[in-house]
Amino acid sequence: MARIDLDLAHAYRPKPKGDDDYALLPLKMTFDDGGAYALLGPSGCGKTTLLNIVSGLVTPSTGRVRFDGVDVTAQSPQQRNIAQVFQFPVIYDTMTVAENLAFPLRNRGVAADKIKQRVGKVAEMLELSAQLDARAAGLAADAKQKISLGRGLVREDVCAVLFDEPLTVIDPHLKWQLRRKLKQIHHELKLTLIYVTHDQIEALTFADQVVVMTRGRAVQIGSASELFERPSHTFVGHFIGSPGMNFLPARRNAAGFEVAGCRFAAPPGVSREIEAFTLGIRPEYVALAGPDVAGAVPATVQQVQDIGTYWLVSARVGAGSTQSLVRLRLGGGAQTVPRVGEAVWLGLIGAHTCYYADEHLIEEATPR
Amino acid sequence: MQLSLEHIEQRQGVETHLYPLNLKLVPRAVTILLGATQAGKTTLMRVMAGLDKPSKGRVLADGQDVTGMPVRERNVAMVYQQFINYPSMSVADNIASPLKLRGEKEIATRVRELAAKLHIEPFLNRLPAELSGGQQQRVALARALAKRAPLMLLDEPLVNLDYKLREELRDELAALFASGESTVVYATTEPTEALLLGGHTAVLDAGELLQYGPTPEVFHRPRSIRVARAFSDPPMNLLAGSAASGGVMLTSGLHLALVLPSRASATLTTGVRASALRVHARDGDVALPGKVELAEISGSDTFVHASTALGEVVAQLSGVHTLNLGQPIVLYLNPAHAYVFDDEGELLVAPGPDLARKH
Repeated sequence: MARIDLDLAHAYRPKPKGDDDYALLPLKMTFDDGGAYALLGPSGCGKTTLLNIVSGLVTPSTGRVRFDGVDVTAQSPQQRNIAQVFQFPVIYDTMTVAENLAFPLRNRGVAADKIKQRVGKVAEMLELSAQLDARAAGLAADAKQKISLGRGLVREDVCAVLFDEPLTVIDPHLKWQLRRKLKQIHHELKLTLIYVTHDQIEALTFADQVVVMTRGRAVQIGSASELFERPSHTFVGHFIGSPGMNFLPARRNAAGFEVAGCRFAAPPGVSREIEAFTLGIRPEYVALAGPDVAGAVPATVQQVQDIGTYWLVSARVGAGSTQSLVRLRLGGGAQTVPRVGEAVWLGLIGAHTCYYADEHLIEEATPR
Repeated sequence: MQLSLEHIEQRQGVETHLYPLNLKLVPRAVTILLGATQAGKTTLMRVMAGLDKPSKGRVLADGQDVTGMPVRERNVAMVYQQFINYPSMSVADNIASPLKLRGEKEIATRVRELAAKLHIEPFLNRLPAELSGGQQQRVALARALAKRAPLMLLDEPLVNLDYKLREELRDELAALFASGESTVVYATTEPTEALLLGGHTAVLDAGELLQYGPTPEVFHRPRSIRVARAFSDPPMNLLAGSAASGGVMLTSGLHLALVLPSRASATLTTGVRASALRVHARDGDVALPGKVELAEISGSDTFVHASTALGEVVAQLSGVHTLNLGQPIVLYLNPAHAYVFDDEGELLVAPGPDLARKH
């Protein structure tokens, strides 16, 4: 097991000029020993490049990769002592399940009784014990992928286990079981795990810390609740959650600030120099309010959708250049649901409201 | 257009792909075909389009029998899962192709209009291969819309896109469909997608049409366990029980106070949607103690899998909840939010409309 420190960048070409020339913009990051991490982002965001740099398949164009303080930038994946699990099963069809699981250990000359013990443990965790003597060839795709996962997890001495979208081939109803297995295994084996995915459920469920990436940049590293409650970048607000965060333009005035044509006292922490900024609030936290409620703005309901377990309401606030669409989620227990065309008041300013300048969270905005 | 299917059946050798069904689509509105893979969605669409002739039954378009009339003689637009475009034509030519075929005028204006609607205006001179997957599917959609066909069929058009793109494009499509220009049929495997698109939903399972009606109505009053299963994500919790005085007795000994109709069978299945389970008790709730097996977080919701005396249940909680594996949890349920199905799986009791649903 190892702590992994990255301080690097990866450009597509020598002498990069603009941001577009980078697959990965300069970043500094630490994966703690024994932590479970996910790299989450849309296709082309750089998450696979980052994973390949950790494994040694790609050498960064500048900077260093350190395992427990030792520079491994020039080392191959084998030298780095890394286990990897890919999208599709990588197993030997002619071997039994047990032989497949034992293979990485046998290769390293581990003693037979130790192999037996370790294979037994991993097989039990993945519920493969009953199939240990079966040939891998005859198994279904998801059982084969379980073997792949097992092979990735069987060695105790690896520095890290890297997963590249490992649940792609798994049936939806089996996915949650495997997510549970991975989580249990992480608890029991305390391996350093790094998991690449574009699926927010996989990332947020699996990892203690999720690295959200877009356009070659890691824009936030945080727990599921941090990413949901305090997105530090507007992209995170947009990408996490369905629908994502609402954003409204806000502007300074003499007494405070204006949003959607309404005036409010300036949020604490937004310095006076910032003229124009953005207010962000999640649909889950927008509430129907009365006109006399502090932080409420008038709105006209545009659309009301019954999503079965909740109501999704879209309402227009402001006029002209300050006009925006705000979405709110009303829980199944909602007492009243407005009609299309109805004039309502929406509570936009409260403890869950975030403020952004140049896409970045203004940190001191609402101290907790 | 009014499209009606009468006693349609589709068989191939000994295999039956569609069992006899009747379906009268609501004209100028969206109909969702909802069902798992292999449910018969694509087979049904191909019959609607005229790509396949049904083994039995008739297809009527505005009252006219079009059964067996080949697709090119019908005015139908189709969009598939795979992004299908002409690879050697520019985006503009791709969109214009159905218009050119018909010798229409002012093609350039119409192409620009559609491209603007689907946010692909900057790419009009590029080739499809130079675009991202989401943009390529937008081109295919624009071409289908250019036809202004009275019948538009979309077969899981968003399935190959990542979820944020899907969200965006689904919103745009819903707005385009709302214009009422065409009768739209949209196939999906995802219950949430059906609810977001609204309109009407036809639930298919193993080649059978199980229910057709306004989407929220089918969701809130599924006619059978099969419909409820197809139209719940996460799956509806199904708990075995029996009729008892004043309600249902579940196998664990838990009593749910409910009014059962007199025709109720002795053995029953109680259905509980994941969203009906809560972690905070309210008046009239029953408690379901258990142990957390996994908490899955989607950002907006946390799905808690818990083992209880009633077996494994799934609860959907709003927002992010951090729960550890194995930690004890108590879930609460108001019996008024439970569904009851008889021993044949037919609906006996559905939750009454909430206050909010009175509109």
